[in-house]
Amino acid sequence: MLIRHRPDLTDNDVTDRGLYLRRREFITGVAGLGLAGLGGMASAAPLAFSKGFSTTEKPTPKDDVTSYNNFYEFGVDKGDPAENAGRLKTRPWTVRVDGACEAPKTFDIDALIKANKLEERIYRLRCVEGWSMVIPWVGFPLKDLIAAVKPTSKAKFVAFETLMRPSEMTGQKWDVLQWPYREGLRIDEAVHPLTLIAVGLYGETLPNQNGAPLRLVVPWKYGFKSIKSIIRISLVERQPPTAWNLSAPREYGFYSNVNPAVDHPRWSQATERRIGEFRRRDTLAFNGYGEWVADLYRGMDLKKFY
Amino acid sequence: MNRPPQSLRDSSPRGGASNAPTRSSPSGGGGAKRRRGSARDNLVYAAVWLACAAPLAWLAFRAFTGDLGVNPIETLVRQLGVWGLRLLLVGLAVTPAAVILKKPRLVRFRRTIGLFAFAYVTLHLFSYIGVDLYFDFGQLVKDILKRPFITLGMAAFVMLVPLAVTSTNGWVIRMGRAAWSRLHWLIYVIVPLGVAHYYLLVKADHRPPLVYAAILAALLGWRAWRKLATR
Repeated sequence: MLIRHRPDLTDNDVTDRGLYLRRREFITGVAGLGLAGLGGMASAAPLAFSKGFSTTEKPTPKDDVTSYNNFYEFGVDKGDPAENAGRLKTRPWTVRVDGACEAPKTFDIDALIKANKLEERIYRLRCVEGWSMVIPWVGFPLKDLIAAVKPTSKAKFVAFETLMRPSEMTGQKWDVLQWPYREGLRIDEAVHPLTLIAVGLYGETLPNQNGAPLRLVVPWKYGFKSIKSIIRISLVERQPPTAWNLSAPREYGFYSNVNPAVDHPRWSQATERRIGEFRRRDTLAFNGYGEWVADLYRGMDLKKFY
Repeated sequence: MNRPPQSLRDSSPRGGASNAPTRSSPSGGGGAKRRRGSARDNLVYAAVWLACAAPLAWLAFRAFTGDLGVNPIETLVRQLGVWGLRLLLVGLAVTPAAVILKKPRLVRFRRTIGLFAFAYVTLHLFSYIGVDLYFDFGQLVKDILKRPFITLGMAAFVMLVPLAVTSTNGWVIRMGRAAWSRLHWLIYVIVPLGVAHYYLLVKADHRPPLVYAAILAALLGWRAWRKLATR
């Protein structure tokens, strides 16, 4: 797989080793402060990572990435998550990985981050609403996590679930969607090397509004597939229910691959506005990742499996 | 300012509802008003005008200072649309307010409010075509044909144009009061289309468009109730 380096980064940008080794302390300290009332303000901590598969497109400014979010658990307006996500406590945090596997396990987020080799992946993100960004994620391939629990042959799909905690996720106090937010992938999509579990962006731990402490990133699908603040990942035999599909099945399919040829029933998906740009640009099939993922869907009618 | 004989605007064929305030300021609301065109009247009129123009000024200010957020084009198009819809509803609220508050002369503001609503809706449409689509007329035609919410919005705009054009005193006289009123009855089609246009574009949180729908239902319900009550 093609690995490109960001030309604007030098070795000087790599996190200092001393700082890297002390990152647990730093995160623990910061989390402590968070509990003391600083909330999400203090959540950004530097991460150590290598450079992975990335687009050479110019990343969307960090301020835009962290202030224009769809994260209905914190409110339905795009400015709401940045405003309200600060109260979410992301430590302690565990992720249960279970279902059709030989070694189901509950992972502590810090142990998980430590156990996996983090990479920066600069991906395009295309929202189903018709806008897009370019985001430098930091994370590790989901396939590594799935391999760790030794899936059985019954693992045909992967189901994901977001935290349900209305006291902190105040948007959950009314049923704009069926809480908790759920998403799903077919197993071959889940173990595809592009499918990422992100724990950071712009070199630091994820801001809460972007799905802290860990989220899915599936760059060739509409953004809502990339579920945030995950607490459970289950290997299952049947296609799992997913939040937007439950809400409007005709509008949001299980697959939801970025596809300019299949319109949303209420608006065109042929073009998109890249945040920061004036003119709309053409939307690419599979968000430009077709070279690597189109084979997953060979023989499928993508108008039917939208 | 030269306002039309307001009575004409109220003599709608749908009946008693909006005729009531008219009859209390009959023949010639216009003449009477002009005679009474006091400084206070002018001040009130200026206040209404400024209130209608203020959201536009605020939007323009935010646009020029780069304060329209991460997706400024969407913000601009949406805000213009929302203000257009709000002013359309305010316009529909004038007659009930005039009757309920027993202030018949309130109706003289309807034309100003209606024309401002038209201005916002027009800018909303132009910003969508010129800024969002960047004059991609092929896409525009596809949108109108394929997107129900855009179909409804365009239909509402097309109907709004003759209302704006015939809003002058001259047109009231030229058309004759009955025909003019029949034409302007279209507003009862246009505003529901506007609310539906908003409702259909919302992804999941239907509360805001439902609030507009509830207000619209109240304003139309009041008229229906008046009509039945005065029958």
